Amino acid sequence: MRFTPIVGVVVGLALTVSACGGDDGGDDGGGGTAKQSTEAQLSGRGPITFVSGKDTSGNRQKQVDAWNKDHPNEQARIIELPESADQQREQMIQNAQTKSDAYTILNMDVVWTAEFAANRWLTDLPKSQFDVSAMLPPTVATAQYRDRLYAVPLNADGGLLYYRKDLLDAAGVKEAPKTWDEVWAACDKVTKTSEGKGVSCYAGQFDKYEGLTVNVSEVINGAGGSVVDASGKPTVNTPEAKKGLDVLVQAVKDGRIPKQAITFKEEEGRRYFESGKLLFHRQWPYQYALANKKGTSKVVDKFAVAPLPGVSGPGASTLGGHNLAISAFAKNKATAADFIKFITSEESQRADLLATSQAPPNAALYDDPELVKKFPYLPTLKASILGAKPRPIVVKYGDVTTAIQEETYNAITGKTPSDQALSSLQTKLGQLIQP
Amino acid sequence: MATTTKEPPSAGAAKTPRPPKKERDVQGSGRLSALLLSPTIMVLALVVGYPVIAAFRESLYKRGEVLDAQGFIVESERFVGLDNYTAIFSGENADAFWNAFYNTTFFLVVTVSLETVIGVAMALIMHQALRGRAFVRASILVPWAIPTAISGLLWRWIFQTDGVANAIIGRQILWTTDGFHAKLGIIVAETWKTAPFIGLLVLAGLQMIPREVYEAAKVDGASAFEQFRRITLPLVKPALLVAVLFRMLDALRMFDLPFVLIGPNKDSVETLTMIAWQEANNLRYGPAAAYATVLFVYIAVLAYLFVKLLGADVIGEARQQRKPSAKRKKLGKVSA
Repeated sequence: MRFTPIVGVVVGLALTVSACGGDDGGDDGGGGTAKQSTEAQLSGRGPITFVSGKDTSGNRQKQVDAWNKDHPNEQARIIELPESADQQREQMIQNAQTKSDAYTILNMDVVWTAEFAANRWLTDLPKSQFDVSAMLPPTVATAQYRDRLYAVPLNADGGLLYYRKDLLDAAGVKEAPKTWDEVWAACDKVTKTSEGKGVSCYAGQFDKYEGLTVNVSEVINGAGGSVVDASGKPTVNTPEAKKGLDVLVQAVKDGRIPKQAITFKEEEGRRYFESGKLLFHRQWPYQYALANKKGTSKVVDKFAVAPLPGVSGPGASTLGGHNLAISAFAKNKATAADFIKFITSEESQRADLLATSQAPPNAALYDDPELVKKFPYLPTLKASILGAKPRPIVVKYGDVTTAIQEETYNAITGKTPSDQALSSLQTKLGQLIQP
Repeated sequence: MATTTKEPPSAGAAKTPRPPKKERDVQGSGRLSALLLSPTIMVLALVVGYPVIAAFRESLYKRGEVLDAQGFIVESERFVGLDNYTAIFSGENADAFWNAFYNTTFFLVVTVSLETVIGVAMALIMHQALRGRAFVRASILVPWAIPTAISGLLWRWIFQTDGVANAIIGRQILWTTDGFHAKLGIIVAETWKTAPFIGLLVLAGLQMIPREVYEAAKVDGASAFEQFRRITLPLVKPALLVAVLFRMLDALRMFDLPFVLIGPNKDSVETLTMIAWQEANNLRYGPAAAYATVLFVYIAVLAYLFVKLLGADVIGEARQQRKPSAKRKKLGKVSA
């Protein structure tokens, strides 16, 4: 009986460990299906599942219903995952590690492709079967790993420069700026006018999370540099990369990026922009409709969008979005392939854009006059995506993005000089990325 | 003194028939109790023992991370012995570990101390026979009833740059950026949320103290402070220690509050559980399990020391009082 209190303690502890570790989920074994042939066999017909994050618009269910009506023997069923991207990835990985056939089609964030493909969790899609030529090339790049296609783009996201047209007009600036120098010059003019008194120049997403990786990659790409070059080598210790990062470092230092922007994720920045206190904002297309909503926004009809600025010319956006892949352990892959073709067809994409205002990968839709009328930012977004660069396509993406955030956050907050941050980032990336 | 004379009757009366029985069927009851307990023990072994052992086993393995010529991961899981552990303490991640270890301990000491003081104060207030007592009790417990992730969100709104916290102090502090202020934010939110827990357990302890003790003290002319120090604190100690022990275990595995309120990868609030999560999230299950095991051992050691040094008794006073109660009963009878 002497040990009873200890038993009680141990119970508590055990729950602790199993709760935070959660890692006894049997990833031993291994190797079993590793010997798949590289040229995938898309065979088997029958019921499939469509695994995806929360369907906020309800349109996905509509699309699945339409498919099910025409394919009584190949029914598709939606499996809804949590809203957080981390949790979606976690569940997909768990499904893959148990080699379960519960998940057929995976709706994946663009940055997961390399990791999933390298682990052989995805089915290699024959390029002959999937015609991706009608899609914007950068979006297709995110679906590939080592020149093989593992997914089909479902929707695309690119950064846009939101700017206060009314304030620029008042200050006599005729055109949206294309370079950083023009951005700062325009800002200096605006803050001197009576209308523009007290507004902050620029903000993006600078909190220490995925958004920082996106923003930093953009300024580095926009300065002619890159985080990882075409052959997969890290290249952040270059003068171009430093020039790019210094744009942000300098702007924080001289207050053109307001101090609180260091805490901004998408939503904090959006609220700030909508409160009318911000002149330029790097943001995704979703802000367009929200900032035009009367009642919550003070900048209704007062703003416009432009492609992101660069150092000596137009900048390069980072790509966001989602791709559809087929799990390597799924059954009925032939049905899955048909379903993907159905849902990524121009017609479905058009309906999806109208229902969810999520941008499609399909190039032709950006020039559709009816759509452009409803979504005036489409032509700008097309330019943004066409000039966009994917985030590093690396197997250990989680570690890579953490390293980027760690070092560049220190640089932006002034903790370390930018060249020192970049050279230590170069070392870290060198260890993480295996050629 | 008042304590020893007043308490025994209730405790002693319940156990009057025990001592003789105990000697007679030592073996029989042992076997019977083993039989009766076996289902419980089996369930415990399954839901407690197995995960712990499986996690420990996992911590001795490492997953291959090498890519082959086509860019595929060469699947392998090899036994690495204690490598995952030595990497924690001496590898390039050692700094991160010690930082997280320090943070975890810092949060433990600061939040639990604050919560204890505030919790006891809350309990004393709740214990008073005020008119709106039920309402006060309910409202003090509200923070405890809110899920941690939700309270993390609430406090993030409070601590954002244009939030309530900055409006009140009249300065612009960027609470969610890396730095000591982030720690402060966590401490405030954590204390707000869990002080009521200690308050509730201490209140239960307070209600067990018989009124007569205080009356006797009043007759003897004890001041309010003396009553608190000599009567309330010693008598409420068992309940208080259990509450503090539970809070310690909880504080050591703090995860959701810093994760939601401040965010992952921020050194000033990174706790051991967050490192373990980070490793697991990047598919390094071996090292993740090693971190979890180290945390497990740390918690076990602290809890053991706490139980040993302060005599916190998780399952009540029965065990402690069995021996003295027999003596006291005799004394009581004699004096009566």
